Amino acid sequence: MTTSTDRPDPEATTLALSRDGRPVSDRGDTVCVIGAGASGLAAMKNLKEHGFGVDCYERETGVGGAWNWRHDRSPVYASTHLISSRPFTQFPDFPMPDSWPDYPHHSQLLAYFERYADHFDLRSHIWFGTEVIRVEPVEGDGWDVTTRSTGGYGPERTSRYAAVVVANGHNWSPKLPDYPGLEEFRGEIMHASSYKDPAQLRGKRVLVVGAGNTGCDIAVEAAQQASHCWHSTRRGYWYAPKYVLGRPADQVNDTLLALRVPLRLRQWLYHSTLRLTVGDLTRFGLPAPDHRVYETHPIANSQLVYHVGHGAITPVPDVARFNPYGVELTDGRQIEPELVVFATGYLPRFDFLDPKVLGDDSGTGRPNLWLNAFAPGHPTLAVVGLLQPDSGLFTLTHWQAVLFARLLQTRRTHPQRAAAFAATAQARAGERYSGPVKESTRHWFEVGHVDYLRAVQRALDSLEGK
Amino acid sequence: MSSVRIIRGAEWARPVRPVRREVLSTTPELEEGRAPLLFVPGFGHGAWAFAEHWLGHAVSRGFPAHAVSLRGHGGSEAAPKASLRAYVHDVVQVAAGLPRQAVLVGHGAGALVVAHALARYPARAAVLVSPVFGGWGTLGTALRRNPAGTLPAAFGGRLRLSRAQLFSRELADTEARRYVSTLGRASRRAQWQLLTRPELEPPVGDPPVLVLGSPDDRIVPAAALSRVARRYGSAPLLFPGMGHDLMLDARWREPIDALLDWLEKEPAAR
Repeated sequence: MTTSTDRPDPEATTLALSRDGRPVSDRGDTVCVIGAGASGLAAMKNLKEHGFGVDCYERETGVGGAWNWRHDRSPVYASTHLISSRPFTQFPDFPMPDSWPDYPHHSQLLAYFERYADHFDLRSHIWFGTEVIRVEPVEGDGWDVTTRSTGGYGPERTSRYAAVVVANGHNWSPKLPDYPGLEEFRGEIMHASSYKDPAQLRGKRVLVVGAGNTGCDIAVEAAQQASHCWHSTRRGYWYAPKYVLGRPADQVNDTLLALRVPLRLRQWLYHSTLRLTVGDLTRFGLPAPDHRVYETHPIANSQLVYHVGHGAITPVPDVARFNPYGVELTDGRQIEPELVVFATGYLPRFDFLDPKVLGDDSGTGRPNLWLNAFAPGHPTLAVVGLLQPDSGLFTLTHWQAVLFARLLQTRRTHPQRAAAFAATAQARAGERYSGPVKESTRHWFEVGHVDYLRAVQRALDSLEGK
Repeated sequence: MSSVRIIRGAEWARPVRPVRREVLSTTPELEEGRAPLLFVPGFGHGAWAFAEHWLGHAVSRGFPAHAVSLRGHGGSEAAPKASLRAYVHDVVQVAAGLPRQAVLVGHGAGALVVAHALARYPARAAVLVSPVFGGWGTLGTALRRNPAGTLPAAFGGRLRLSRAQLFSRELADTEARRYVSTLGRASRRAQWQLLTRPELEPPVGDPPVLVLGSPDDRIVPAAALSRVARRYGSAPLLFPGMGHDLMLDARWREPIDALLDWLEKEPAAR
């Protein structure tokens, strides 16, 4: 087994030339990890731990991906805090310091990932400032990975790997809505990805579109900084406070999950707790939720309703059209914002991969994977971190990485179990791990953390022959 | 070996309460890239037990060395109701706070704490020194050797370890008395858990494990040493003529040298 950590040498053993005639350097049993964000780091650490050599390509110059505010594609803004509390967010075998708050700040999270990288000696495996432009399957389940310097400078280089982990993140390619008249609007328009600091809102009349966690955070900041804030949402939502009954809300919820309280009963408990603490949202002029709690991605924001109560945020329905100097809403109202912030989310993108490899045959941008990670027909490929959990993400990506490392090990030790695993991936691609979820462009990778982890546990057990 | 456990809902829902922890650290002047050692004292002992000789010796051989006092022990914050889980939490917190992947060294019941911590933190290697893995047998041995000091502990009182249990006759009287008088106590709950032996989960990351002990230990019988070593697929390394507290006894230098030699040779631990 090659556990070499040396960087590929362009003059090293070359295989057959690639299609366009450049030499391909053979990296043997080494695994390629694309991206050094939270998911990529977890993949590297767990692959190393299972005895594999790893090469990681990172387009930026530091680790932490989305959580590194220095990165130009980072979506974090000055006040970003976690929305799931520490025990659900940390890597299960590398806890965050217990002296940190329940909901750490994004700068603490970056420090956490940097410490993780140093603690497990991962940086020496990362090629910073290098982007992956093509990943192609080759004979024998191998992969040809073509890279070049970020920005397109310098020559391309192709290396052959035994396996590939795609960990390029899904919160960097902004999804911009298309409203009639948007081009004629004379005010300022921005996507939440370019929102960094509340000073950008100061003294302006601001319309925030979107009620995800980011949209709610920006609305709350606009309530404190802007001269007026409208918050436009398509439907009513459940605004969950970060604390209930004196404890982080997700910890209370997981107490119920640990007791295996059924969904309906949990929904009822949740609804009644919210009614007792936050009260009837329609009194504040907010639309009543059209769904039960746990059926959309949860929004954890204690302050939104509070600022609505102060009159600093005016809840409004969806935008109908833009005029040059104003915005028409679906209820016919006209408002005149100077600045419109689209907190409309991000879309996952895998530009370097043929969509068919990820089972997306019709090019809809929705990969068809098992466990949101394993592509049918490609047993040595895993996508890590393509999850929108109702809880912290990093615990889940850790176990995805462990599962993939075990799978690669099992391919050597028990080929028939690995084959059974591949057959399951084929048969159960597209499986979902949450209760019913309202349709949206991201709902297809929404997962319930306990449902998902139970599925991963079953897959791990099957690899161990249990 | 039982398989990995992913879902720990009850633990996520009720995280361990943070406390102020005492960590004594010494680092070599010249950083040689060696794995840091984290020493975990057993029940009643604090980080001081390792600061006496072993920390300094490890550093003189180029290893950064740290010792933690479990909550309620030594200079750490009082925690009269601490559970075994809280002790494990303390160890994992300190280990994850070190700059590089650590080697965990547990002594006495601290070895059991380390064995549990191995399921929560991928240590580079682990060393179990005179490991007390608990169970009713441990109580029986202790009752036979030191009935007056042990009996109250069986009912939740304080465990009073005697000089004869901990040290060989070679250790000077004044020192032995000083050490015994410095001993504290573990929480009642943790003492009970030591007897009822909560199930051990398999270590993560498959670290190499070394077991050290003395056949003349009056707390851990030789058979118990072999049992622990067998669990990790090895045999114990023995230091005849020494007491339970290998790090404080007169010939403390031999076990620590053997431990460091093993770390230098073991490829996975480097």
